[in-house]
Amino acid sequence: MTTLDIPELALVALVGVSGSGKSTFARRHFLPSQVLSSDMFRAMVADDENDQSASTDAFEALHHVAATRLRRGRLTVVDATNLQPHARAALVRVAREHDVLPVAVVLDVPEALAWERTQGRADRTFGRQVLARMQRDLRRSYGLLAREGFRKVHVLRGVEEIDAARIRYEKLFNDRRELTGPFDVVGDVHGCREELESLLLRLGWQLCRDDAGRPVDAVHPAGRTAVFVGDLVDRGPDSPGVLRLVMGMVAAGHAICVPGNHEQKLLRKLRGRDVRLTHGLAETMAQLDAEDPAFVAQVATFVDGLVSHYVLDGGRLVVAHAGLKEAYQGRASGRVRAFALFGETTGETDEYGLPVRYPWARDYRGSAMVVYGHTPTPEPEWVNNTICIDTGCVFGGKLTALRYPEKELVSVDAVKEWYAPVRPLVTAPARPDTVLDLADVTGRRHIQHAYGTLTVPAENAAAALEVMSRFAVDPGRLVWLPPTMAPCSTSTVDGFLEHPAQAFEDYRTAGVDRVVCEEKHMGSRAVVLVEREHGGVVHTRTGRPFFGAPLDSELLARVRAAVTSAGLWAELGTDALLLDCELLPWSAKAGGLIREQYAGVGAAGRAALPAVLGTLDAAAARGLPVAQLRERMAARHAEVEGYSAAYRAYVAPTDGLRGVTLAPFAVLAGAGVSFADRDHGWHLDLADRLCAADPEFFTPTRRQVVDPADPSAVAAATEWWLALTSAGGEGMVVKPYAGPAARSARGSLLQPGIKCRGREYLRIIYGPGYTDPAQLAALRRRSLGRKRGLALREHALGLAALDAFAERAPLWRRHELVFAILACESEPVDPRL
Amino acid sequence: MLLTLTTTHRPATDLGYLLVKHPDRVQSFDLPAGVAHVFYPEADDARCTAALLLDIDPQRLGAGRGRGRKQAATPESFTLGQYVNDRAYAASSLLSSALSSVFRSALRGESRDRPELAGTAIPLEVRVPVLRCRGGADLAVRLFTPLGWTVTATPVPLDEQHPDWGDSRYVDLLLTGTLRVADALNHLYVLLPVLDDAKHYWVAPDEIDKLLRAGAGWLADHPERGLITRRYLAHRRALAGQALARLAELRLADEPPADDSVDEAAPTQQRDGARASLAVRRREAVLSALAASGASRVLDLGCGGGALLTALAADRRYAEIVGTDVSTHALTLAARRLRLDRLPERQRDRIRLWQSALTYRDDRLRGWDAAVLMEVIEHVDPPRLPALEDAVLGHARPGTVVVTTPNAEYNVRYEGLGAGRFRHADHRFEWTRAEFAEWVTRVADTYGYTAVLSGVGDDDPEVGSPTQMAVLTSTDKAWKEETTR
Repeated sequence: MTTLDIPELALVALVGVSGSGKSTFARRHFLPSQVLSSDMFRAMVADDENDQSASTDAFEALHHVAATRLRRGRLTVVDATNLQPHARAALVRVAREHDVLPVAVVLDVPEALAWERTQGRADRTFGRQVLARMQRDLRRSYGLLAREGFRKVHVLRGVEEIDAARIRYEKLFNDRRELTGPFDVVGDVHGCREELESLLLRLGWQLCRDDAGRPVDAVHPAGRTAVFVGDLVDRGPDSPGVLRLVMGMVAAGHAICVPGNHEQKLLRKLRGRDVRLTHGLAETMAQLDAEDPAFVAQVATFVDGLVSHYVLDGGRLVVAHAGLKEAYQGRASGRVRAFALFGETTGETDEYGLPVRYPWARDYRGSAMVVYGHTPTPEPEWVNNTICIDTGCVFGGKLTALRYPEKELVSVDAVKEWYAPVRPLVTAPARPDTVLDLADVTGRRHIQHAYGTLTVPAENAAAALEVMSRFAVDPGRLVWLPPTMAPCSTSTVDGFLEHPAQAFEDYRTAGVDRVVCEEKHMGSRAVVLVEREHGGVVHTRTGRPFFGAPLDSELLARVRAAVTSAGLWAELGTDALLLDCELLPWSAKAGGLIREQYAGVGAAGRAALPAVLGTLDAAAARGLPVAQLRERMAARHAEVEGYSAAYRAYVAPTDGLRGVTLAPFAVLAGAGVSFADRDHGWHLDLADRLCAADPEFFTPTRRQVVDPADPSAVAAATEWWLALTSAGGEGMVVKPYAGPAARSARGSLLQPGIKCRGREYLRIIYGPGYTDPAQLAALRRRSLGRKRGLALREHALGLAALDAFAERAPLWRRHELVFAILACESEPVDPRL
Repeated sequence: MLLTLTTTHRPATDLGYLLVKHPDRVQSFDLPAGVAHVFYPEADDARCTAALLLDIDPQRLGAGRGRGRKQAATPESFTLGQYVNDRAYAASSLLSSALSSVFRSALRGESRDRPELAGTAIPLEVRVPVLRCRGGADLAVRLFTPLGWTVTATPVPLDEQHPDWGDSRYVDLLLTGTLRVADALNHLYVLLPVLDDAKHYWVAPDEIDKLLRAGAGWLADHPERGLITRRYLAHRRALAGQALARLAELRLADEPPADDSVDEAAPTQQRDGARASLAVRRREAVLSALAASGASRVLDLGCGGGALLTALAADRRYAEIVGTDVSTHALTLAARRLRLDRLPERQRDRIRLWQSALTYRDDRLRGWDAAVLMEVIEHVDPPRLPALEDAVLGHARPGTVVVTTPNAEYNVRYEGLGAGRFRHADHRFEWTRAEFAEWVTRVADTYGYTAVLSGVGDDDPEVGSPTQMAVLTSTDKAWKEETTR
């Protein structure tokens, strides 16, 4: 029985004459979806699998599908004769373009058998001489396959061997997804053995020494694994000592190691190649000269066996010396290895004669964290989920390790500058991942996050792009946008469209046993990101700067002072806070809207209806039967007065910040932490403390905690709501007490809040006369499903955005989530809800 | 919603015959938008008033407006307008429709009982207590006075509790004059919706006939006929053009088409010749800078409605032209202006329109000969400018970049532009020449460009030209090799 070893990800070319049994072989060993057959593609483009005139188009389509599959990391088998070099060259090219190994499997059967099979098929009409030519091509192919670039060539001769063959998949060397850590990833050591020992000790490792007292292994009591990013050698004082320790750790299974460019060069030197002794190699060679030749041989074997990069922890972590772009992760080819060892260069050199490196990390959009070294920097910086941890120990910097999955950096200072750098270590630009790409946000997008998945239609993204790019604040400071909020189910209480009974009922049926009713302030939503020292941003619910430059800074200063005096920085251990607030009065921000839209309607109504009533009174005085009409018009007059009173309640004089107050009701996040899991008692308590710190500027939020199943509590809260709304209040928002991230018993996210708006307030939403029984009856047919769905989707995105902010996720990812919230807002929903 | 018509002709109650509505009855008519009631608050020999009260049913208004279309993602704009509006209170096209259905024969000047009186001018008084008057009370005077009315248009205050808010857009309209009832009604039928100027009703071609019928005998000679026609036909240019042409035939006079100088759309924006020609001169300056650069593949970044694109498309030296804008609406306008769907394939293939935002990198914009940022940067918030610089000069890296922007120093030369005000409501900044030069020098240094600054428009000795321009040329070696090859 012949076993064919095939890499898990490969392009397999079946090679054989017509009638050699390729399709049967493919069917037996591979999934139908893995097999791309030329016959099938001819049929696909020409409705006839034997139409040779369609071959060019058919192969073009086949190569396209093969390329797509390989890009997506799927094993692909090409079932075609593949007898001619040009046909195979195209396949090798497709494989190489995707850094996948091409494999050939040759099926060689006697020509007579092939002819018999061919004749047995009604649709094969070519003559014997064609088969004979194929047979000649096959013979010729034998010598060519390996040279053409096929990394493995399996030949099966005769029917028996073909029938008995078995496929065995082999993992790529770089695939160590089964290792889940935890890991301590160590940066470029460059012969700094002393610092490496200190670092390992600081990380909690215990060193094992040989008789001579030299460290030859290390063990971590918590079972951690060390990962070395390469460049163990050169420039430093004790490259052999570093190698001895790392080789010991690797051999004992306590560490894994990828090679750096310095190891690669060392190996070439050890193999006797002509290599210039520059960049510290001379020091290493001198140090190795003092070692036992057997050790030197071990070093060569060790370095030779190193794999250029590793994919670890289920694909969540990638380690390579110079980093690795997403398309190369888990792939094998010369250029993948070159990238891993040297990075990508622009082909230019800088003023020190060193190659200019292409900033691949800036464009990185992969989900795997990439940890690498190679380029010394004073401080490691996260760039799009990648981090370079070479902190130039040998140049007098420090030796750094990254704890994974904790994402914690641990460093020890260099003992001294062991080697003078050619160019000074420069700090990367302060915020290198501020660059956003249009491809991060446009087109139809599928967004996966911890709270679900979401599809953003392309036209919604296009609409959001306009708002975001023209009006929104810097994406770096746009952490979160408030989700839309659904109203309670429509009330059947006489005269009411919304009523607390329904709000409580909605949560009671969702299985929530404790809710908080928060007074709904009628102002403008304001999201405040305030930083401890200075800076921050205040924006509207669509991400626009709130008032504009000087006033926003003034507002931030006021908030900052209150947070400071309430002692929240230290208490919450943060130097930034994200507050969800309502800014009052409504007229402060919406004065123009009130005058342009709301007041005009009131003015027209207040002028028209008295004139109408006067005319009708005159008609009545003449004895005309207009009593009913007059009554109706008098009702309309009362409605328009009610409407006017409703908007007037939210108008108050302001001048700059004078007269403006802020009502915070949630403390959403701090630096490195999301508070979405805290209950609303906690959130409101912090809000109260801000109010206490600056009672003039902050407005407290009145509230009631209610068990929605307790009739007396519900009745009391209803009374409370009636009192609030009859005094001109907008209404209330009912929220699960457990907090923004509250989930139902079944584990699904709950609506984070349900609004219940006052009867008078709704006149400015539904029109002055909506309380007219006929209108009310029609409005009760309103449908809430769409609004609720939207509210929940936006809420889930918002939670994900808060997590992303807390995790310091790459900007493109944070922006993608916030952008999606805005895109959701362009869904057509009844604006009155 | 209310209109009263009074006469002091004796016997005044003859008004009932002219309107075909008995002064002692209250009559109601069911109309598409609600119920119209006609009654007489006063009716004696000396004075008789007919009242038309239109009781609008907001539910019928809201229905069938067919506004299911997607709105732009601007939740802060006022989307509630279709539910919370003045239509139930103010005179509008709805009142016109009511007039025409309720007083049909009176509008035609027919009267079975008083045919002579129908043809006679009698003293009349019309009151519309709430009329939205777009363009101000003065426009009501301009529209009604030439027709023989004495006009009193009293502005309605916006909110008596907030006197500082001033007047609303509504007036209480009182017209007095001696006219035929039919003429009075036709004037109202046409001019009430014209003053209201809400564009919410569908205008079909037969509206032209309705307009000409109601305007017979007075519209053709009305000094504001251009404005009346455009507004009546809800600003639909093609229809208004046809209607004006037919009006001209009626007058048998060959006057140039009505000029736009009274364009009510922007009463505050003077559209004087100098500024219009500045746009042309700016375009010419940009075009000659592009031509001088030798570019053949060009980007117009922030192309808007495509004013520059049409010029580029007309010039064969440009083999590929891309217009980008963040507004899909602007791109639709540009496509229409370029007549993209009607161009021959070979022509059309030269031109592409893409949605793109200048604060995001866009790979499609890499590797072009030249890019134009004409009156674009001032629409970007200053803190976002670095993102634009990176996206355009760092990432797209065209060989030549032509930038124009207003010269803030020149603003003092614009009458009516207050100190510290910008030329356009969406401008986020306007720079002095020194500020622009500083920015240009910095970005050119940062991204490897050389820059030449100039001005567009008359060079004022004190404040410079109204528009400033910079041409940045890449110092990229690779770039130069590319272009000389």
